[in-house]
Amino acid sequence: MMKSFSIVFSFLIYLTVVSAQSKEECLMCHEDEQLRGTQNGKNISVFVNAKSFNNSVHSQLDCVDCHDDIDAENIPHRTTFKRVDCGNCHDDIEKEFGGGLHRRAYDKGDPLAPICQDCHGYHYIRPVSDHNSVVSPMKIPFLCGRCHREGAPVQVQRNIPEDKILENYSLSIHGEGLLKKGLIVSATCVSCHSAHKILPHTDPNSTISRQNISKTCSVCHSEIETVHRKIIRGELWEKQAHVLPVCVDCHQPHKIRNVFYEQGMADKDCLKCHENPNLVSSKDGRSLYIDHNVQLNSIHSKIACSQCHSEVNVSHVRPCESITHKVDCSSCHSEVGDEYNTSTHGILAASQDPNAPSCKECHGTHNVLGRLNPNSPIFSINIPTLCAKCHRAGEKAAIKYKGPEKDIVEHYIESIHGKGLMKSGLTVTATCTDCHTAHHELPHTDEASSINPKHIAATCGNCHHGIQDMFEKSVHSALVTQTDKPLPVCNDCHSAHTIKRTDSEGFKLEIMQQCGRCHEKIAETYFDTYHGKVSQLGYTKTAKCYDCHGAHDILPVDNPKSHLSHDNIVQTCKKCHEGAHRQFAGYFTHATHHDPGKYPILFWTFWGMTGLLLGTFLIAGIHTLMWLPRSLKWKKELRKKINMDEEGLADSEDDKEENEK
Amino acid sequence: MKSKNHRFIQRFTRLNRILHILMIVSFLTLALTGMTLKFSYTGWAVILSKFFGGFESAGYLHRFAATIMIGVFVTHLIDVFKLKRKEFGSWKKLLKSDNSMLFNKKDLKDFLNSLKWFMGKGERPEYGRWTYWEKFDYFAVFWGMFVIGSTGMTLWFPEFFTHFVPGWFINVATIIHSDEALLATGFIFTVHFFNTHLRPEKFPMDIVIFSGSMSLEEFKLDRPDEYKKLVESGELEKYIVQPYPPIVIKAIKIFGWTALTIGFSMVLWIIYAMLFVYR
Repeated sequence: MMKSFSIVFSFLIYLTVVSAQSKEECLMCHEDEQLRGTQNGKNISVFVNAKSFNNSVHSQLDCVDCHDDIDAENIPHRTTFKRVDCGNCHDDIEKEFGGGLHRRAYDKGDPLAPICQDCHGYHYIRPVSDHNSVVSPMKIPFLCGRCHREGAPVQVQRNIPEDKILENYSLSIHGEGLLKKGLIVSATCVSCHSAHKILPHTDPNSTISRQNISKTCSVCHSEIETVHRKIIRGELWEKQAHVLPVCVDCHQPHKIRNVFYEQGMADKDCLKCHENPNLVSSKDGRSLYIDHNVQLNSIHSKIACSQCHSEVNVSHVRPCESITHKVDCSSCHSEVGDEYNTSTHGILAASQDPNAPSCKECHGTHNVLGRLNPNSPIFSINIPTLCAKCHRAGEKAAIKYKGPEKDIVEHYIESIHGKGLMKSGLTVTATCTDCHTAHHELPHTDEASSINPKHIAATCGNCHHGIQDMFEKSVHSALVTQTDKPLPVCNDCHSAHTIKRTDSEGFKLEIMQQCGRCHEKIAETYFDTYHGKVSQLGYTKTAKCYDCHGAHDILPVDNPKSHLSHDNIVQTCKKCHEGAHRQFAGYFTHATHHDPGKYPILFWTFWGMTGLLLGTFLIAGIHTLMWLPRSLKWKKELRKKINMDEEGLADSEDDKEENEK
Repeated sequence: MKSKNHRFIQRFTRLNRILHILMIVSFLTLALTGMTLKFSYTGWAVILSKFFGGFESAGYLHRFAATIMIGVFVTHLIDVFKLKRKEFGSWKKLLKSDNSMLFNKKDLKDFLNSLKWFMGKGERPEYGRWTYWEKFDYFAVFWGMFVIGSTGMTLWFPEFFTHFVPGWFINVATIIHSDEALLATGFIFTVHFFNTHLRPEKFPMDIVIFSGSMSLEEFKLDRPDEYKKLVESGELEKYIVQPYPPIVIKAIKIFGWTALTIGFSMVLWIIYAMLFVYR
């Protein structure tokens, strides 16, 4: 019965194909639900549902367009056909697919390897946009899940690094969006892995490799930069994928949740090993123990291990074994990193100097605290101690330093800033980093340095803004005076590390020497007048340079705004001399009697007086010197005469006595 | 026995002696405090200024001493007026008397004869009540009082005085004041000290200005002319006095030594400043 039926069937097909080979002719036989045939030795149904086929994407095609090796004339057909090759038409997709994992497995003869039809089906292929398509977004997880669900042969027998893929996906934010909210734009398997060219993440060409994952994610999350961490600029994500954390480092594949880290799952994975106090490095024996509480109390408490130790690979048993680089803080703190790299510290570090400090020397490692935390080494009060570790006299940085500053730390502690910070606990007082910057410290000779003469006023002006304002309008400012000579800046008068209170005696007396360094002559003549002489004795109550000229607002005398201009000078004198008036102000405050050209009256007065003095001493001196030898002789004569007189007197008295007798 | 025979003659009145002591105290104070400023660039000036309690208190001391010295000067002038009225009646008589401080022909003669004597070409002149160098010292004080005093007042009240003189006069006054003071201190601590104390026959010091009296024997030889005139006028006995007890003499010598030491020290300081650090 069966045999006779198949003969009839074959005959019918034969007729159809031979006559037209059209779809209709094929369907004449194959529309029969009962029709079966033999393929590669297997008895299979060869029924084709015409209605469904006509609704498929291939409805316009004839059967022989795909089944191009069919022997339509022979009915029944021969029993071996080659597989329909979709690539005949879909050559671009075939090319893609050809580079992928599935195709390679198929080529190796892996019986589990999928081909087109395994995903797309045979005759009834619907467009992706059709919700009934097996490759519509809603169905994709189930489609892929056929092989990649937990326990499936592929998952068990093949090397698939992830497990519970389908389960995790369905719980992830993407899975929830798709499966529970019906949001078909939510990412499915193919959104990340691509539809056809599926590759392992270790393959650089893979859409999920470290290099490409951010690009892949940003297909949907295209504006993530604007709302996410500002420092992970897209270009860095792509350029520096080896140091920067990529999407999956934080948002683990398949488990993606926006609250992922608060659950602390990744840290737990690390702590499995690193919680052990006895854990040491097999290379150098250093302890690899991490006290998680320290990290949880740090400013990075919400940052997961893998965000800094970014090369971890979750698919490894020891995810950290893939780490090849040290933690690079600039992954997140990129601006600071740029500054550091151009600073002396950074340049030394780049030249492999073993003494060069990296981030952790100052900030610590897992115990990083914010600069506002008093326990932090970078809390303002602790900064001098921190810098002193290397910069105290005798320490490694101080030995290397060849500049003019000595005993920097000791001087700083005694300075007004040091006292304010360390004795009064005034945390806003300038500390090392306020002048030298925290991450961009450079020698003062470097034009980019905050302590370069060009920038020092602005640096000090960060706190002393009013002074900076005044200074920049003064004759000493480069904005006012165009000169080749070096103009004084803050530290020329106030010093760098030994800054004193300006109302202290020491400062007031030293300042005259400072002005005198450039204004040599005018300082010398100042010391010839009463003000200068008293100052020189070590007293501060008489006028010093700045009392008359101003301190930061010094202007040339011919400038109407100068303290010493014609209109202002009397007022300036009145600061000390209440009764000062125009004629009083005519006193020469820088007079010298050694300059006959400038001060002829003083010159001649001095020489007149000196002449009088010399003349008097000359005459009196000669008189005295002439007198001296004669006086010596006279002394002897005098003694003789007095003795004689006394004897004579005694004699006469004796005579008297005798006479009386 | 010998001391019993020593008779003493009074040469200076009590007032004059007191004035001279006050003069010494005020002069030394003025010199010390003033020199700290003049030689402010030397180490000793800085130390001395600290010793006086800083430039401010040194300034107060300077002006206080100046007031005393002016007081001494005025007192002396009043004393001279009284003397005129009581003993002479007119200025002419006073100025022409043997007690006059004015230079006269005898002083010129004495001066020339002194020079001869110095050169061994004559006898020691018979000096009278006041020798020519004593008169010179006396008028030097007048000159000094005028020059240093007037400039000193200008410097003391510059705001007031510059109403009448230009501002630069303060600079001039400073130079005059300090150089004239240098002259005064230099002169007193060398020439005056030699003339009165250090010349061998008086060495180490003549305390007559403090004790007021000297032995008649010495007086006879030192001031033969005055002695002669006193004997002639029969007034000698009027001036014969008892000397001070030894304890007073000791006190006088301590004071004298102190003044001399300060004076000589200052001379050394000034010489050091002038030679090694002058500017």
